[in-house]
This record gives sequence, structure tokens and C-alpha cells, in this order.
Amino acid sequence: MDSYGDVVAAEDVLLFVNAAITSTGQREFHTDAGEQRLSLDFLHAYMLGNYRDLYAGILALDINDHNAALVIRRLLETTGEATADQRRSEGRLIACRLATLPPQRVYRLFGALGRAGVNNRRTRAIMRDWLSARPDLAFDAVKYRSGLKRALRHAHLAPGRAHLTPAGEELGAFLFAPLSRPRYTTPLFETWRRAHYEKAALYELPYTAAEGFAAKHGIARDVFLERIAPRMTRLETLRVQEAARRRGTTAVPADLTRMPLTRLATYVLSLPVEDRLRRRTELTHALESAADRVAGAHRGSWGKVTAVLDDSFSASGSGQKRRRPLAVALACHYLLAALASDYTALWTSGRTDALLGHPYGPTPLGRRVLDALGTSPSRLLIVSDGWDNAPPGLAAEVLRVWRVRLDPRRGTSIVHLNPVYDAADFDVRRLSPSVPTAGIRDAEDLPALVEVAQFAEGRTGLAELTAYMYARAARMLSEHHREQPR
Amino acid sequence: MTTLDLTGLATRPSQVWGAVRLVPLVRADPVDDLRLRSQLYGDATGLVEAGPRHAYISYIPHGFVATWTGDGTPAAAYGTHMSANGTSAPATMGLRFHRGMARRQAKDRLRFLPLHLALEGYLALHFGGPSTAWEEWSQRAIRQGLSPRVEEAYVGAEVRGLAEALRIFEIHPGQCGVLVYVADALAAAFVVPHPDDYRALHPTLLQDLYGELIHHYATLMPPVPDFRARIPDERVRSLADLRGAVAEQEHAWTHFHDSAMAAGLLDHEYAWQTVHRLGRFTLSRFLPPFRPKEENHIGEAITDDRGRIAYLKTFRLSENQVRRGHLLSRLAANDWHLAHTAADLGVDEAQLGLRLESAGFASLLRQDVLDGYRKQARNRGVSRG
Repeated sequence: MDSYGDVVAAEDVLLFVNAAITSTGQREFHTDAGEQRLSLDFLHAYMLGNYRDLYAGILALDINDHNAALVIRRLLETTGEATADQRRSEGRLIACRLATLPPQRVYRLFGALGRAGVNNRRTRAIMRDWLSARPDLAFDAVKYRSGLKRALRHAHLAPGRAHLTPAGEELGAFLFAPLSRPRYTTPLFETWRRAHYEKAALYELPYTAAEGFAAKHGIARDVFLERIAPRMTRLETLRVQEAARRRGTTAVPADLTRMPLTRLATYVLSLPVEDRLRRRTELTHALESAADRVAGAHRGSWGKVTAVLDDSFSASGSGQKRRRPLAVALACHYLLAALASDYTALWTSGRTDALLGHPYGPTPLGRRVLDALGTSPSRLLIVSDGWDNAPPGLAAEVLRVWRVRLDPRRGTSIVHLNPVYDAADFDVRRLSPSVPTAGIRDAEDLPALVEVAQFAEGRTGLAELTAYMYARAARMLSEHHREQPR
Repeated sequence: MTTLDLTGLATRPSQVWGAVRLVPLVRADPVDDLRLRSQLYGDATGLVEAGPRHAYISYIPHGFVATWTGDGTPAAAYGTHMSANGTSAPATMGLRFHRGMARRQAKDRLRFLPLHLALEGYLALHFGGPSTAWEEWSQRAIRQGLSPRVEEAYVGAEVRGLAEALRIFEIHPGQCGVLVYVADALAAAFVVPHPDDYRALHPTLLQDLYGELIHHYATLMPPVPDFRARIPDERVRSLADLRGAVAEQEHAWTHFHDSAMAAGLLDHEYAWQTVHRLGRFTLSRFLPPFRPKEENHIGEAITDDRGRIAYLKTFRLSENQVRRGHLLSRLAANDWHLAHTAADLGVDEAQLGLRLESAGFASLLRQDVLDGYRKQARNRGVSRG
């Protein structure tokens, strides 16, 4: 039997995992960015102070990039407090997680470490290893110029040294005295140099670097977009898609069938309803194939599933996270349709056409949950920010009575997934103590989250939770090592 | 018709943020033939279905500032206005803004007259005061600021939490009105004929006027609790039972709200005065009984031929305003005869005169008469001392 302390520890860890999955320190519908960040900072400090090992272990879970960077930063800042063993395991976890973070995040993290004056030996070694593992430093030097420069300077790395050879000895000159050479032998550096004088050269640079040169040369936006299209990343094409269309350029082809599910859902929701109607087959196909890819081998294995999806006004998110909660719900909708053999979706607004959804109206969650239980599913998933307001608390009562009176054997598994971090409660908002709640950021993580959610039911103790986290960490480390040789 | 009749408007569960509670009112069938004047949608048109409309009567809420006249100067609608063809200009009050004030106004925004003026205007309107006198008074107030005797009133933006509560409020489908409670004291009731009008006017609640009491409550009171649903589980044996219990919960809230929370607005008898009849609609103003130390709401309403509310806007009067209203109504009841009124109130004439002065009605009295009253009061003070 777990001691009281263990129960508290397990609760704290789950609470932190929920926060680290959902919060990005940005404005939400109910709270502003300042409150979010303050609340999140407290949680980080609390976790680091009380459960350092578990805090590091959380890097192996599906927490979002913002929090992963925060965790790494805090661990590196407090290196002195860690034992040698802790340092070793933390170092491996950090290296692993850094490898999966997008490079711009890592450079931002390095910048933050520099500003905070964190320059211990471990930090320098981690920076060195990450930089030497970069596939093409010349590319980084052009695209993340100031970030790389700051990192090299902060970690005391001389660019010409052996471990940074990919870009050759020109890297140092390129970063620190770029115009000192008449020409470069590295092709990308040479292109960059020519782009200062020659319009044609800038189209061979990465999109973000080329954008600056295009402004410098006064190139019309539609011409620029048309010619730079082949150099754009997948997400960049998706992002400029509609802007390009408004300018009459159709040459930025986003291959929707290859986009990640939640991003795709966000894109679909950003389109006006007429466009969604016109492109219905294309969009539906894209969403379904993205969901199929996520479901993979689990396709159709979940049995009879009913989902209650929140498209109330509060699902509109905020100016910084536009329609994020609704996008998550929409992505979950397609994913569950792929996972289930028999699927029913119930939107809070009563809408039946998911593709045309928009955030509107109150949240009569109680009614919808009741309708959902009426379909006698084997699994019930609720995707909502938990602000049940028509009437307030009805969903909690329905779920409680269902558990206590009508389904005491727990024949129906019920999970609540919440895409919004509630800064005031230091957790995602719960519907009812009888139903586990897990934070969700990307619908892609849904299967893993449903797995984690069982811990939140309070029936599994710290030992199982720790074992689970170690297993996840081991899996991440082994995957990382398999990738290394490539 | 003496009480307010909200038939046709169903109460939905309240939404709470801090000390502010907003109770939505939903119409099953919206009134289609009375609509907000279309040019007032302004930049809210994007939000609102602007489909083809058939013949309708349009209305303009009181205090609505817009460009009615040809020369492009903003003016405030003086009193709520109805028209059949949708083009006639309402009775307006010209506004000469300070330069700074004018610049702050966005061009095509829905906006209201600085509402402390609107409320004084209300009092004047209800007692049949001429609009020219009010204009003269208000121009003076704009030029010199309000005299310290006038009690304070606050724009909604200054009521703590109201902006946030309105922003995060989830408008119900078919919602045509709202009751605003602060610390569970009813601050205002607002009803329009059609959900589209409501969506256009929802943010203007922030530009409305709220009394001192409301402002204090919002600043000092702790957050009000949600009325959370509670289902007694021992009776529930099947999903159908649960469904029944849920319906019961929804009904319980509606009943509680209408009978307990809104009682101060709905149970009073009001003195109604018809202003304008057009088609099947009647625009009228109503006055509360002016009972001091009670909830008193003043307002304007448009009712249809069956006496149902199509448009309603109320202000909760502050204690001072209630006292002034009480004085005025007593005066009016006694044909503005000072001696009779004084007898009615059980005071002597000089005391009544000074009460009028301290209530801000000194200009109603001739200077020499007022001086006489002051002298009497002084003498009484001396003889007592």
C-alpha cells in the first residue's frame, strides 16, 4: 500500500504532466499569457525542488516543446544540486529530447541559457554534442544565423575545430566577419553572399532567410512566393497557403495528404465555410488519411466509441492560439473514427457536420454526455475545456450518478481529454473526480494519453507511475540510439 | 399592464465570472418585424447575417451616438426611437465633444452617449422635461464637468470583471437578452427583438452606465458561486430516470431565477407612459414606485400588440436617484405645489425646499424663495441652540 506521501507525489506528477502537455505560456480563452506563465513557472519550480528525478523523466513523455525547453533549462541551471548519477541520466534524457526538438527551439533555449548566464561544463558539452550532430551546419548558419552565433560564442566553441567540420573552416568567417571574404567555397555561403547583389540567388536560400533579401530587393510578394515555393518546409507551405491564394498565387502547393493531423485541422478551421463546402472531398480525404497514418496498426481496434466534442464559443481559444481547442476536437473526431469500429460523434452545439464546425454557443456538456451514454458505448471520450456551463456542473453529476448507480462495474471506460491549461487551478479543468482527465495538445498523442489517464483515476500508485515513466524513458533512449548511426 | 411581462423569453443557466453573473434570455421565436436600424450594425455586420429582410419597423436605442445628420457631426438619439421606413432621423441631441473625446471615437463603431448624461436625460424624459432644457444642462456638464452634487455613475468598462465576463460569455443560440447581476444584485436588464440584434449589441453593455452600488459590489465582493446542478442519486435506476432528473435540474434553475433573483425587477408595479405607437408596437417608458431603500429600475420598453416585451432596457437607480425620483414624483402628484407636498411628506415647507436643494433641484426654485427657506432654517438652528 502506498504511503500518503506517495499518493501526493503521484498526483503532483500527473498534474505537472497535464500542465506540461497543454500550456504553452500563451494566452488562452479564459486567462492571459502572464497568468499562464506565472502559474507554469511555479509548477516547474515546485517539481524541480521536490521530485528532481521524476521532473527529468517527464522529458520522455509527450510534453510540448515549450515545456521540454523549460525543463531542460531548469535542469541545466541547477546542475550543481544534482548527484553524479542524476547528472548522467539527466544528460542522456536531455540529449535525446534536444534531438527531437525543432532547431529554432533549441537555438532559442541556448540563447536563454546565455542570457541567464548558465555556462557550466555540462551545458557546454550538451551544446557541443547537439551542434556536432547537426546534419548541415552551413544550412543552420544561414537560417539560424544569430542563434548559432550566440551558441558558439556562449559554449566557447571555435568554429574551425574538428567536431564542427561539416561547414569547414569558413563557418567562423561566415558568422563573425561575413563580408571579409570575396567569395566562399561552401555553395550555400556563396549563394548567401551573392543574394546581396543578385535577385536570382536568393531563391536558393531557405525561405525565412530569402524573405529578408526579397524585402531588400523590393521583390513583389506574389513573384517571391511563386519562386521560393520549392524551398519552403512542409509547415511553411501550409502557413502561407491562404495568404498566397488571396494574392492570386496558386504556385505554393501544400500537399495536404502529408500534413500532421492537428495542423491540418487548424488549417481546415481557418477556411471560410464556403471554401470548406467547395473543397469538401479534398479536405475530408486529407483529414482521413492523416488520421489513418496516426491510427496505424490500431485501426478499428477500439470497438464501439462515442465522443462528446466541445465546439462551444470557448473553443475559439485566443488570438495566440486560434481555435486550438476546436482543432484538437476536430482532429480527435477523425482519429477516433479511424480507431473505432463503430463511432458516434456528439458536438455540444448539436451540429452533425464536423467539417463545417465553428466555435459558437454555450457548453451543455451534461446533456451531451447523457446522450452519449444513451448510445451504450464501450469507450466514451470527452474532448472539452471543462467549462460546463449550461447548467454548470451537470456533466459532473451525470458522470457521478452513472458511475455510482448505473455502471458501478465500470463497463464503460470514460476519459476526459482537456486541451486547455487552467492557470488558476494549476491543472487542466476536471469534470468529475470519478472520471480521469488528461491534458492533450496534439490529437496524435491520444492513444498514449488514454493510457496515461488510467493513472489519473487514483487507483494506480507512485510505483506503477514511476515504472511507466522509466519504461517510456528507456524506449526514448533506445530509439534515439538506433537513430544515431544514420 | 403594470408589471413587466417577460413571457416568450426563457431563462437559461447563468454564466459567472468573478462577481458578475450574466443570465441569458432566449426567445423560441424571434420578433422579425422589429429590428435594429440597419446602419447601426456598423462594423458588426460581419458577425451578423445581413440577409434580405422583409418589411419591418426599425428601432434605435436611447443614447445611441451616430451620424444622423447630413453634416456628419455625431449626435445622440434622444429616447428610443421607432420608425417604419427606416430612414427618418430620430430626435437627437447635438453633441459637441472635446477634441480628445471625439478622436477617441472610432468611425463606424456602435457607441453610446456618455451615459451619465443619458441617465439624467432619462429622468428628465420620464418627467416630461423639455429636451432643450436637458440639452442646455448637458452642454454645461460637458463643458464644466458634473457638479459634485451629482452622484457618481460608472461606465461598464470601469466595473471590475464586467469586460472579462462579457468577453468570455457564451451567447446561446436564439439569445435575445441578458440580465446582468453584480454580486447577485440585478444591475440591468436588456432585451432585443432578434438574436442578430443581440449579437451586435452585446459588447455595448460595456458602454452602459452602472450605478455606484454596482461599482462598489464589483470591486469589493468576492466571486459569486455557480449554482451547480445536483442530482439525488438514490432515485436513479435507469438512464431514463437520469434524463428526467437532468430536465428537473434545468427547470429548477429557471424557476429559482425568475421567482427569486429577478423578483426586484419583475414584481414591482410600474407607472407606464406611452410614447409612440407604430404598427403593432408600442414604445413606452416606465417609472418604478420610487420606494427608498429598495431595488428601483427605470427603463424603456417596446411591447407588441399582446403586451409582450420586444425591446427592454433598464437602469438600476442609485439610492440618491431614488430619493430624487421620490421627491419629484411626490411633487408631481401634488401638482407641483410645495406646501401640499410638504404636508404630504410630513415636513414643513422650508425643510422641503432645502431637501430639493440638496437633491440638486435648486434651479427649480426661485432664488429669493430659496434664500427665505435658508433663513428660516438658520433661525430655527439659532433658537434651538
